[in-house]
Amino acid sequence: MRKLGVESIQNIAIGAALMGAGGGGNPFIGKLMAINAVRRFGPVTLLGPDELADDAVVSSPSSIGAPAVSLEKFPNGCEFKLSLDKLQEVLGKKISALFPVEAGGINSMIPLIAGAQLNLPVVDADAMGRAFPELQMSTLVLAGHKICPIVMSDEKGNLVVINTDDPKSAEKFARAITVQMGATAQSASDTTTGKGLREDGVTGIITLCESIGKLLSDINQYDNVNDALQALLDLTDGYRMMTAKIVDVHHVTKGGFNFGTVILEGLDDDQNQVGKLEFQNENIVFQRDDMVLATSPDLISLVDEETLMPITNEELYYGKRVFVLGIPCNSKWRTPAGIKSVSPRYFKYDLDYKPVEMRIKDFLSKEMEAVQ
Amino acid sequence: MNYCLGIDVGGTNTDAVILDKKQTIIASVKTHTTKDIESGIYDAITKVLKISQLNPEDIRLAMLGTTQATNAIVERKGLAEIGVIRLGFPATAAIPPYSEWPKDLVKSMSGKYSLVHGGYEYDGQLITSVDDQELRQVLANWRGKIESLAVVGVFSALNKNQEEHVAKIAHEILGNNIPISLSAAIGSIGLITRENATILNSGLCKIIQRVADGFSNALLKQGIVQADIYLCQNDGTLMSLDFAAQYPILTIGSGPTNSIRGAAYLAKKRDALVLDIGGTTSDIGVLVNGFPRESSKGVEVGGVQTNFRMPDILSIGLGGGSVVRQHDDGTVTIGPDSVGYQITDKAICFGGDVITTTDIAVRLGYVDLGNPLLTKKIDENLAQKASAEIKRMLETAIDKMKSSAEDVDLILVGGGRIIVHGDLAGTSHVFTDPNGGVANAIGATIAQVGGQYEKLYQYATVDRTKAISDATMLAKQQAMTAGAKGGSTEVVDVEEIPLAYAPGNTTRVKVRVVGDLA
Repeated sequence: MRKLGVESIQNIAIGAALMGAGGGGNPFIGKLMAINAVRRFGPVTLLGPDELADDAVVSSPSSIGAPAVSLEKFPNGCEFKLSLDKLQEVLGKKISALFPVEAGGINSMIPLIAGAQLNLPVVDADAMGRAFPELQMSTLVLAGHKICPIVMSDEKGNLVVINTDDPKSAEKFARAITVQMGATAQSASDTTTGKGLREDGVTGIITLCESIGKLLSDINQYDNVNDALQALLDLTDGYRMMTAKIVDVHHVTKGGFNFGTVILEGLDDDQNQVGKLEFQNENIVFQRDDMVLATSPDLISLVDEETLMPITNEELYYGKRVFVLGIPCNSKWRTPAGIKSVSPRYFKYDLDYKPVEMRIKDFLSKEMEAVQ
Repeated sequence: MNYCLGIDVGGTNTDAVILDKKQTIIASVKTHTTKDIESGIYDAITKVLKISQLNPEDIRLAMLGTTQATNAIVERKGLAEIGVIRLGFPATAAIPPYSEWPKDLVKSMSGKYSLVHGGYEYDGQLITSVDDQELRQVLANWRGKIESLAVVGVFSALNKNQEEHVAKIAHEILGNNIPISLSAAIGSIGLITRENATILNSGLCKIIQRVADGFSNALLKQGIVQADIYLCQNDGTLMSLDFAAQYPILTIGSGPTNSIRGAAYLAKKRDALVLDIGGTTSDIGVLVNGFPRESSKGVEVGGVQTNFRMPDILSIGLGGGSVVRQHDDGTVTIGPDSVGYQITDKAICFGGDVITTTDIAVRLGYVDLGNPLLTKKIDENLAQKASAEIKRMLETAIDKMKSSAEDVDLILVGGGRIIVHGDLAGTSHVFTDPNGGVANAIGATIAQVGGQYEKLYQYATVDRTKAISDATMLAKQQAMTAGAKGGSTEVVDVEEIPLAYAPGNTTRVKVRVVGDLA
């Protein structure tokens, strides 16, 4: 058990932008809300997953909707309590701790806001180990936990309860209600037990985000950016897949989601190589020349070549110099069911999932052959 | 004959030029910027008038580009005590105004704010209507306690009626003379960053009055009594003193903009990159259709995150006074420190003992300056390495600012431009001009009047052509308010940005126009 104050929040927000794999939106508004909540109500208690009783009731407060809208109309702050109170009433049980549904973007911050306001501890675990665009894309759902009941609320105090056994229907209803609530809404969902979260969630994720943020905030303590990058790769078990410059960005908005292709030109050791990144909110496929080096659910994250700060997909532009990183996803995604729900095929690419470490190994041995 | 006087105040120099009606340079002068700024401006006017030998009454237009607004924020001096009305309750209470601002800056503006009922949804519906009674009570409490008012409403870019309604009531209660800043006219989407910009704008109302009065008086004292007076905005256009009183924040960043516009004028180009090499830094901007490209990222001013429009400028620590160092492993690095204005004492070619980039240019025979013999003691190998490093730094920066992989024209200006030699990768042609040293003052002198309008349209319900012509009309109205001649306005830029996740094909349309002075 430890306390999270303003500095921790700033670091977690940086780490969450990396774990957001390009998506999840910029955590700016979430971070400001969390800092205000902590300044007003005091630091939040972070519970290690093992410190949670097996039968403790845990739920996840989150924000749903258009990141662009929440930059303009953000919450009152009372919504989190409204949703969680109503959820307790529907469940007929008291919620004893909160957790983030995903580690990326604004949702990495919402449980910290609610936790500070309601004096509830936050568990060091999430349900994705990264960010994904849809509610049913969670390791808890994979293991058979229910998303519903979902309680959604807005700043006017409107409350809507969604109850369905089908996770995809839950996603559809939640989207429709979000539009009626002004394109952003605050929800509480994914109720499970301490044991359920410990076994079927991704544990240690908040601490990991904080460590990443800390490393990147203190980058000056390293002699050079390569040493800092190595430390970041060690921390995340990641790979540097390319050093490159963005030479083209093509964005399309389809059905409310943000799709795009980024073309990269290799720099330094990677000169004369061409990289291609495909994203659908989050980054889905990265290939270098003709070889695919990483796909969802492994994380593909871009960081700035000088500061190593993570770059979300709203911040891509010609001339930006980046490292493209590949980070293995949590092993829970690497089961047949996990692969089915978030593999490249789910995102409509004619491509099978293969773990990033195997793809990198294939790539390196091909390079070796070429040299010999 | 009619003449036009332009002055640009920079961190180190205050430059002045006089142009005739055909925009031919009659006289130009470079003077030192003074601590109080005003005496430096006065000095520059005196000198340039003297060189030109003109009758002061023939000066019919006078323009000033100045850094006083930036200085006031950075130094927290002369800022007004203000009140902030945010329209958005019950939404947005989770982040109050002034969140994560530097404390001394909040204190210097008194920190008063009130979150009241109001604001719009993304689709133009009301969050709630404004509660007049609530509003009147807040304003009555501030009577006599604030010097200026900032008003910011949720989604006011969509509909500014509520903000205007607040202004009307505020004038009733606080008097007709109180300056009121409305956020819809200042920043774009992003409530916190727009609110921050609006607060800063509101805090600058006293400073801008002082600048305007000081400039008018300086001109009068020199006998320039027939001139219309304007201040430079950061988009390369002018504003009347009345307009400036309402939008002082738009003077921030006018220096680099004037430099880009002046460069464009000298090279007779409308599309190019502009590289302005000073003593300490090199600034790269992008000239698009005759005007500087706007930054798409937020800008930090005095420790506050804002989103008002600013020119897109990349600054790197490389100038004519940057210090050159050789390390134990043989590598050569440059800057970011510079001898700055002390170059005439400290550089090798002037008899000093610090190797600067200027010395490298002298050593390699690119330029004849100071005493070239003194630079012989610099190892030629080191000089070659340093020259290669200068080239590499500039080429990398140029590449970052280009918007496509194609080669572009480059216009080179600024006093430090002598450190560049030979071709630069990524450029097709490099333009220079003997008057490149006062490009910024030229930019101030040739400025036109502009207007800008930005609004969200739902293309599902409003026809796209109609939306753009609506925004164009409103931009033209703005230009005329700022002093443009009706009928002379032309569109320079139309930008459409679709909003991700928002339904109804919501698109942000932004139109920019310019026109001649009336």
